[in-house]
Amino acid sequence: MISLTIDGQTVVSPEGATLLEACRSIGKDQPTLCYLETLAPVNVCRVCVVEVEGSRTLVPSCSRKVEPGMKVQTESERVRHSRKVVFELLASSVDLSLVDDSVQEWMTNYQVDPGRFGDLAPLVDDRDERHAGHHYENTGTHAETVFQPVKVDNSLYVRDYSRCILCYKCVEACGDDAQNTFAIAVAGRGFDARISTEFDVALPQGACVFCGNCIGVCPTGALMFRSEHELRASDLWHEEEQTVTRTVCSYCGVGCNLELHVQDNRIVKVTSPIDHSVTSGHLCIKGRFGYEYVQQLGDLATTPIDDVLRRAREAGTV
Amino acid sequence: MDIRLMDDAPSDAERAVIAALIDPVEEVGSHLAIGGHSARRHRHLLLPVLSAVQSEIGWVSKGALNEICRRLVIPPAEAYGVASFYALISTTERPSVVAHVCDDIACRLVRSEFPHGDAVVSSPCLGQCDRRPAVLLQRAGVEDVVNAPGDQDPFELVGVADPTVVGDRLLARVGHADPESIGSYADHGGWQALEKARALGPAAVIEEVERSGLKGRGGAAFPTGVKWRAVAAEPAPRYLVCNADESEPGTFKDRVVMEGDPFAVIESMIIAAVATGCAKGYIYVRGEYPLAASRLRHALHETRLAGQLGPEFDIEIIRGQGAYICGEETALFNSIEGLRGEPRQKPPFPAQVGLFGRPTVINNVETLINVPGIVLEGGEAFAAIGTPDSAGTRLFCLSGDINRPGTYEVAMGGALGELVDLAGGFVGETQAILLGGAAGAFVDTEALSMPLTFEDSRSRGVSLGSGVVMAFNSSRDMHDVVRRIARFFRDESCGQCVPCRVGTVRVEEALARSRSAPLEAGLIDEIDRAMKDASICGLGHTAASVVRSAISLGLIS
Repeated sequence: MISLTIDGQTVVSPEGATLLEACRSIGKDQPTLCYLETLAPVNVCRVCVVEVEGSRTLVPSCSRKVEPGMKVQTESERVRHSRKVVFELLASSVDLSLVDDSVQEWMTNYQVDPGRFGDLAPLVDDRDERHAGHHYENTGTHAETVFQPVKVDNSLYVRDYSRCILCYKCVEACGDDAQNTFAIAVAGRGFDARISTEFDVALPQGACVFCGNCIGVCPTGALMFRSEHELRASDLWHEEEQTVTRTVCSYCGVGCNLELHVQDNRIVKVTSPIDHSVTSGHLCIKGRFGYEYVQQLGDLATTPIDDVLRRAREAGTV
Repeated sequence: MDIRLMDDAPSDAERAVIAALIDPVEEVGSHLAIGGHSARRHRHLLLPVLSAVQSEIGWVSKGALNEICRRLVIPPAEAYGVASFYALISTTERPSVVAHVCDDIACRLVRSEFPHGDAVVSSPCLGQCDRRPAVLLQRAGVEDVVNAPGDQDPFELVGVADPTVVGDRLLARVGHADPESIGSYADHGGWQALEKARALGPAAVIEEVERSGLKGRGGAAFPTGVKWRAVAAEPAPRYLVCNADESEPGTFKDRVVMEGDPFAVIESMIIAAVATGCAKGYIYVRGEYPLAASRLRHALHETRLAGQLGPEFDIEIIRGQGAYICGEETALFNSIEGLRGEPRQKPPFPAQVGLFGRPTVINNVETLINVPGIVLEGGEAFAAIGTPDSAGTRLFCLSGDINRPGTYEVAMGGALGELVDLAGGFVGETQAILLGGAAGAFVDTEALSMPLTFEDSRSRGVSLGSGVVMAFNSSRDMHDVVRRIARFFRDESCGQCVPCRVGTVRVEEALARSRSAPLEAGLIDEIDRAMKDASICGLGHTAASVVRSAISLGLIS
């Protein structure tokens, strides 16, 4: 066991624990975006940074291991300042409207004011073509953003990279932290870095196996069930009316647990609990998307979205 | 590893280039199923083969990338992520000759028109500030070439044709010995240090380097002997890396050494390998230095023939492909390993976990070439040069509004003003001097009395960095200079961590706004503090340092 102090309080943590784990063990939660228990820490979002005595810069608590005698500050002026600015830089360049409530609370706590960099730049459609090391002369009239059209290239899920904070989670889940499919990677460089397939080909043309595990780990709603995306677009997504039912996937004998998100008696999305011993939150295409057969619809070609949309059309709300 | 490839096939020319570097692998339909270690062990060939295709064909097509992935067993999305990371690799078709016109801070002092189009693109500093303005011609099927005044050139260059090289220790052979002849190198004192090092043995060589007080010349000034001792104590295999990715705007000293005295770099590396027991050495040369790379390649060949390199220790040259960030040591490791050149969070440090996850000595070119002198004369003799905390001589890159731009070697401890005098003094009335590079700081003429040492620069809150001394006279538009530096960092950030990826954009935007409105100094200050504290690597830590120094000196407002 290793003894250290966090904000003056003595903490004893197992060897190999991270500072984040040590903080959480005494009830001091830290904000995180790119961190997930089931993935290797990539320490890129930098909102979990803490101050360690003797260290020239702040250190990411999600990946830094505890060391004997460490003196850690999680609420110093330096920590608060960096977290505030990092959140501001993100919120001024990415659409964060669908992030978790807990992240919103942290942003309120740090008095995040993304508007001070100017008005946000409108959507552009050339982000996938940008060449490393070259960008147009910046005029400073707008705060540059990653706003771009939503990629809708298959019937199962959409990629709305206007919401992408480049946390690398989807790449990790697609790669050797879960699925080992490697359909996506980070491409480009600097502010023009983006999650991409090879040469930006559409998902059905690439290596994607549509397991949807990237959706499962996305913290900002950049990756989303197509059903959810279309319901949201029609203003028909009502999370407060949804029920979540836990069940066991019936396709094979592995025993993956599913959480069926149901609205208007229709399944609108499927997730799996991150703490489930079989799945760690990950599923395959069948468990994630193969739920049509339980909808008992008269017309087998009807999807739940169609159904909801049809009702909306009939009611005149679309 | 089960990999889904694309359907695209390479052209015959592309296949030939790829086949020359990588053997084919057994095919299993459009999927590859070749397991574990055998799949991963070729990944380090990715950058060399991408470079070869770019250089021979002029761009990397889908068919070529697919063929590379098939032979190296790399997922196409990952290979595309790597290819699109580098400025000198194009994943779209383009003219067979592309001119990269330097419009960085030294070159823009002498050139105001920057044409652009498909065949002409702007480039960050090409490391030719002593003979500016410079153009890099990337030519499909023909070796790349850097044009500068004195060469035949399509851009009607005007400027300094014969740069100055002054120095009698590290630069003694430059311009005197034939850089393409191992015999000439031996005639000018080469190989004596290596012979002595082999006779002394590893422990004694490390002791001499420690006694010399040599500190790293790459910018961080870490004691070289300490680094070597730490790696030598780690389990084998260990690696040695010479960081020749000199990309700091205003810096060209390592290029001058590699072009003018390539055998010295190799001899120094062999001595380092003798001392630390490294199994393999790499020289990571900046992609924009084609001449340095070809001279080193030739020198390696001759050294091998002479029996100084062999199975017990050999050196490989890796050419960068246009990414300043790859000069950061851990980004450099990732680049060699065939990954994106993104820096790693430290700790662990390279001495424990470096290249391929092994203990690694990584030294800058200038640091390494100090070693033969230390071995020959002894650490104490070396320590007697300079000051107690800054031993030895230092290479400085003088450019800008200076009479004789060039590379100057001086003992540390002399005043900045003396160095400037050595280069013939300033041209015009100087309003600012850029010290240490784009990651350094501006100083004014009061700093001319400052002794050039690590300790004196640190106490003034500046850094000698990579040895840049660039002068700007009162006719210069400092706002334009500072904005170009901000643009540089925005272009060169790897994009991995938020503070640097977005912070560099916001700093550039704030500077752009200040053309027509009051400068938002407070905002820049806040962004800089967050970048300094929360970024992963040195690029983010120093990206706004120059801007802040310009503000505090009143150069911009």
